[in-house]
Amino acid sequence: MKNIKTNYKYGFSKPETETFRTPKGLDKKIVEAISGYKKEPEWMRDFRFKSLEIFKQKAMPGWGADLSGINFDDLYYYINPSEKKFRDWKDVPTDIKDTYEKIGIPQAERLFLAGVGAQYDSEMIYHSLKTQWEKQGVIFLGTDTALQKYPEVFKQYFGKVVPPDDNKFAALNSAVWSGGSFVYVPAGVQVTIPLQAYFRINAANMGQFERTLIIAEEGSFVHYVEGCTAPIYTTDSLHSAVVEIVVKRGARVRYTTIQNWSSNVYNLVTKRMLVEEEGVGEWIDGNLGSKKTMKYPSVVLQGKGAKGEILSLAMAGAGQHQDAGGKAIHLAPYTTSTITSKSISMGGGRSSYRGLVKIINGAKGSKSFVRCDALLLDDLSRSDTYPTNIVREQNVTLGHEATVSRVGEEQLFYLMSRGLSETQATSLIVNGFIEPIVKELPLEYAVELNRLINMSMEGSVG
Amino acid sequence: MLNVHATTRDGKEILRGITLKVKAGEKHVIMGPNGGGKSTLAYVLMGHPGYKVTKGKILLNGKDVTKMSVDERARKGLFLGFQYPVEVAGVNMAAFLRVAVNEKTRGKKSNAKIVSPIAFRQELMEKSSRLAFSDDITKRSLNEGFSGGEKKKAEILQMTVLKPKFAVLDEPDSGLDVDALKYMARAISELDFPLGLILVTHYQRVLKYIKPDKVHILVKGRIAHSGGADLALMIEKEGYEKYQD
Repeated sequence: MKNIKTNYKYGFSKPETETFRTPKGLDKKIVEAISGYKKEPEWMRDFRFKSLEIFKQKAMPGWGADLSGINFDDLYYYINPSEKKFRDWKDVPTDIKDTYEKIGIPQAERLFLAGVGAQYDSEMIYHSLKTQWEKQGVIFLGTDTALQKYPEVFKQYFGKVVPPDDNKFAALNSAVWSGGSFVYVPAGVQVTIPLQAYFRINAANMGQFERTLIIAEEGSFVHYVEGCTAPIYTTDSLHSAVVEIVVKRGARVRYTTIQNWSSNVYNLVTKRMLVEEEGVGEWIDGNLGSKKTMKYPSVVLQGKGAKGEILSLAMAGAGQHQDAGGKAIHLAPYTTSTITSKSISMGGGRSSYRGLVKIINGAKGSKSFVRCDALLLDDLSRSDTYPTNIVREQNVTLGHEATVSRVGEEQLFYLMSRGLSETQATSLIVNGFIEPIVKELPLEYAVELNRLINMSMEGSVG
Repeated sequence: MLNVHATTRDGKEILRGITLKVKAGEKHVIMGPNGGGKSTLAYVLMGHPGYKVTKGKILLNGKDVTKMSVDERARKGLFLGFQYPVEVAGVNMAAFLRVAVNEKTRGKKSNAKIVSPIAFRQELMEKSSRLAFSDDITKRSLNEGFSGGEKKKAEILQMTVLKPKFAVLDEPDSGLDVDALKYMARAISELDFPLGLILVTHYQRVLKYIKPDKVHILVKGRIAHSGGADLALMIEKEGYEKYQD
């Protein structure tokens, strides 16, 4: 395996500075090269090999979005942008800072950047953790670094929540994963400011396979926020991440994602939380971009009284298919789950809600409520609902409500009769529709989202 | 102000030639039996896409607005108080109204000053308390979860904030209890701007508080009779029967 130094131009016209990349395609040699380059322990290399075999054996999912456009042989599986790790913002190369500028990370967030891990290509290059958190024993690192620095705790949890044989794309990620975040919150520690990470695909044909692992010890709290913005590329890209979260007894973890991949990206992500007794696990998952998304954040409620909440937001425009939803698995008594899905389809886009609620025998007194609302902006667009309920216990409460609505003539007429243009009126209706989810987002994200929606309405309304 | 024939989308003629002139500051009342075309008239004036003007013109301050879009008419100073106000979930009423006020201001001059959020909020609070809203209106979504009476009062509130030149109020009094009716009528008669008003109603009782300059009887898509305030009283006693042919 040779190191290839490149300095070519791509869409964003920033010279790439990566020093190591594997050639296109995927086989055992590539996996070995990735693991070797990262100087990983033997167990991780073997884990990758095993995962690669599972990936090869597993069939593509026969449901959900059409994935026939993915050519696994035409992708790069590893690019390292820089061999140097930066701890201080001032040491981050100027061209990378410029890229953030162009993406438009708001000023308010830059203040938080002192505590942010940002991913540039497939490696964490920047890490800084607020001193107070370090004092509290909070670990917030790039996943690769965490493997080197905290091998025991890493090995104990890695691949346990989402094993490689969970699905084909979890296996793929397990074989070639790179980057992502590792968060460890000790017992009783409340992390009051959200931990934030930015991800971005930066090379055409670059697959991005980050791997995030969060462990919240008993009685702790952490909110992790992940936002993605990608520039436009000419060829298809694959984003296949795995997020594993362990919520210990009485702890609470909230994980917020706003995904806005460019419209050529396949976004196939496996996200799961294990929630122990009296713990609370929350997913807020917004899918705006990508060509196809398949993402169903899951809560596995394995301790008595555990709670799970999933808020899913999907916006599908022209050429997009958002297949999103959530899963709640009730394995213990008195567990509760809520899944709220809001989807918007426009310009011929398609959004699907796909959800699973499973309550096993013995999970008595459990409650689950699913609500999915779909809003269609025109006749070209499509919305589907695929709910599955598997209930093996008598003594439970299960609710499901689904609505599909059109932006109606009467609503538009009403708002326009007050002097709003059709575009403004539509934006208002759409923003009102997703308000229950947006109000759960950190303010900067809510503002960004509002701006994005208004932008896309301008494109879609006459 | 107008002289129109109008049909529904499928060509059914509802308004069969209505000539009506409302001067700035005048109050006109339109009464008439169900199905006579009162609500259609209100919709046609505002430009509802479900109706087509087949003949005639709608003039607003001498300007022909017949071909204008709904929002343009609104920005030119026309207002419609809905008989059945529409709920818009998740849209904050105060924020929405401020956008609407700013759009109207911006429509006049490109460099027009927009209203400050604080001043606007103050105005809204003050006007909503005069209409006796029990809850803080600035925190609520547009008509969502409003009672029937609250919806009707909210239409009037919107009107007092938007300050149109002409307004059509489609049955603002139906479904209101005596107190709400009083508040509503008082808000209309104590406006802080001049308004040409067309008030569509079934009931004479609202005219105790709002003194009309003219009353028109609308039957089968035509104005069958016009008169002064006493005409409404007569209708209350005698009904519409004698205007049916």
